[in-house]
Amino acid sequence: MIRDFVREGVEGGWDVRDLSRIDRDAHVAADVAIVGTGAGGGTAAEILAKSGLRVVLIEEGPLRTSTDFRMREREAYPQLYQESAARKTADKGITILQGRSVGGSTTVNWTSSFRTPSDTLAFWRERYGLRTFDEAQLAPWFAMMERRLQIHPWQEAPNANNSALRDGAAKLGIPSKVIPRNVDGCRNLGYCGMGCPTNAKQSMLVTTIPAALRHGAVLLTRARAERFSFDGTRIGELTVRALQSDGIAPSTHTVTIRARHYVLAAGAIGSPAVLLRSGLPDPYRLVGKRTFLHPVVLSLAVMPQPVNGFSGAPQSIYSDHFMQTQPIDAAIGYKLEVPPVHPVLAATTLVGFGDTHARIMNDLAYGQVIIALLRDGFHAESAGGSVALNGDGTPVLDYPMTPYVWEGARRALLTMAEIQFAAGAKAVLPMHEDAQPYESFPAAREAIARFPMEILRTRVVSAHVMGGCAMGNDVRESVVDEYGAHHHAENLTVFDGSVFPTSVGANPQLSIYGISARNASHLAQRLTGKTAAPIA
Amino acid sequence: MMTRRQWIGGSIAAAALVAGGAAYEFSAAGVDERAIVAAIAPVLLDGALPRDPAARAGAVEDVVRGMEVAVAGLPLELRAQLNQLFGILRFPLTRRFVAGVRDAWPDAKPDEITRFLTSWRYSGVARLRGAYDALHQLMMAAWYGNERAWTAIGYAGPPHVA
Ligand SMILES: Cc1cc2nc3c(=O)[nH]c(=O)nc-3n(C[C@H](O)[C@H](O)[C@H](O)COP(=O)(O)OP(=O)(O)OC[C@H]3O[C@@H](n4cnc5c(N)ncnc54)[C@H](O)[C@@H]3O)c2cc1C
Ligand code: SF4
Repeated sequence: MIRDFVREGVEGGWDVRDLSRIDRDAHVAADVAIVGTGAGGGTAAEILAKSGLRVVLIEEGPLRTSTDFRMREREAYPQLYQESAARKTADKGITILQGRSVGGSTTVNWTSSFRTPSDTLAFWRERYGLRTFDEAQLAPWFAMMERRLQIHPWQEAPNANNSALRDGAAKLGIPSKVIPRNVDGCRNLGYCGMGCPTNAKQSMLVTTIPAALRHGAVLLTRARAERFSFDGTRIGELTVRALQSDGIAPSTHTVTIRARHYVLAAGAIGSPAVLLRSGLPDPYRLVGKRTFLHPVVLSLAVMPQPVNGFSGAPQSIYSDHFMQTQPIDAAIGYKLEVPPVHPVLAATTLVGFGDTHARIMNDLAYGQVIIALLRDGFHAESAGGSVALNGDGTPVLDYPMTPYVWEGARRALLTMAEIQFAAGAKAVLPMHEDAQPYESFPAAREAIARFPMEILRTRVVSAHVMGGCAMGNDVRESVVDEYGAHHHAENLTVFDGSVFPTSVGANPQLSIYGISARNASHLAQRLTGKTAAPIA
Repeated sequence: MMTRRQWIGGSIAAAALVAGGAAYEFSAAGVDERAIVAAIAPVLLDGALPRDPAARAGAVEDVVRGMEVAVAGLPLELRAQLNQLFGILRFPLTRRFVAGVRDAWPDAKPDEITRFLTSWRYSGVARLRGAYDALHQLMMAAWYGNERAWTAIGYAGPPHVA
């Protein structure tokens, strides 16, 4: 039996309150209120709680723990993802995966852990004046979070889906590397995206949040932060809406939070939405703007031998080669990885219908998939998307794909097909509605060159939402300063993926952990007058 | 800000409204929606659903139910958009002129439904491509999320964790 120590902790008296069960309005007082329990909120919670501050965490989603993680897509997506994993951009062109339970996206992510690339940091220093963002100054924070979350390069053999990327790339002289993962005792099952059933994945759900709860933090679940009240300099209170037991519809009850300080960590899209609903000062209309996605295009290969891409650590090999073939602000670069290949994810992503679709699904076990993550935000023609509110106050992201980004998408489709043929693919199907399975690279190349690159024709997905509350030292182009402090509300800081001024250019979780750890420690010192204790 | 009515595109939405497309829920009570899904699913999932007529009917029923459960779990805004899409498919006028399906759904021939899906899939109007994609995503998820679909695709299901 796997021990579900989070559930045990709750049964043993951690203060966790499911707001779908309340029958009247309520008030909660705290030193610090943290909205969101993902990478940023979880990290901040442990640091602030261990610094002796009374912390209340506010999470829109439910608390789900290892006992609930039954490795079934049908159950996992509605319970653990924003909009049942069907969140899309306003024009429906891009599917966005984001988490929505305690632990946020870290509960469902694929465990790849990279420090912020040095060329990204250099760009932030030079272009956005983020002076403290150099590798040497950030290194201790990344190192601390790597210790805290057991981040090490994956030691076991990559599964066949990953090794095909490595082998195909090697045949073409393209270097690849092993991915560091945040796991402890991983059984190599491959179900990270549905919640780790063994508690091996060191997500916020099993690390920082339990630590904060042990230090007296309060966790409110099914609790949607609606808006802050603002008196011109400070936030007065936060109104939290209780959700009904379906976790979707708002109930009639609210909880009012009064705290000395407020931390916004609702993730990109989520954090700008709270600011927009609150109507906080935004004189340059920057909130929600420059939201980035690392837009992903995909290529499927049918291999001669079984790949079983549903089994084994989902991501263990990557290549940054095409990030480095040109300067960061020239033609768009892309990182190569592979995704887990489970039935629903595969069937919904696979283009076409009827017999052609079914035939490829029948070969699912032989399917090898490569993804290319496009590094958006470093060029004038890649200004990202912008978050707006629907009539009911829920957010929606408008993300126009520009010709600049499409050009990279086409190059990436070519690269992936070439690697897959080099790895021995019998056929390659780029994820594009006009594509067919091609049996040679020249055939694929000729077809890809002619694909109309437009939304809902080229399959585009994203699991990395970033930006929308950009850091910077110029109030005319940023929402928060480099420590996350809001430029206009003195008792508000933002710690999550929304603070990046461009995309990260690597899977973002460790960037969020490290930078949030530094900034939360800075905040703890501000609030307590004492140096924050390291958490590892 | 995008409203429901803008989603499918001005003129088409107007047609749906003329046809009486007020809000109604896609749910067990939505008999017409069930008939629409039951008509489209065997075409969209042709080659995936079992061939034996009784098994096929059961599988279609599974897809319909799976979709109902999935839709009930979506945020209200998305549900409203889907209601609008099903409104277009449901009202004879828009079914005929927007989807190009002449016969009522239970009588529509597979060829006709294939033509409809293909025309939306490659439509010059991005919103119709989006509508096709919504049907594709919901029905694919409803079928392949079901254990009954797994043997055929060589997926043994989740491992046993002790
Ligand atoms: C399927 C998947 C795979 C991924 N794989 C990787 C990977 O391998 N490596 C990697 O580095 N990154 C990966 N990521 C991305 C990474 O997990 C995220 O970038 C990171 O977790 C973002 O942290 P965050 O704090 O910004 O937001 P999140 O972790 O998304 O947390 C935000 C939380 O805020 C809550 N929230 C939102 N609005 C409100 C509100 N109004 N009130 C209360 N709560 C609210 C949400 O429910 C959520 O729980 C993956 C993401 C997904 C979805
Ligand atoms: S691969 Fe490892 S970390 Fe991922 S779900 Fe399985 S045991 Fe957990």
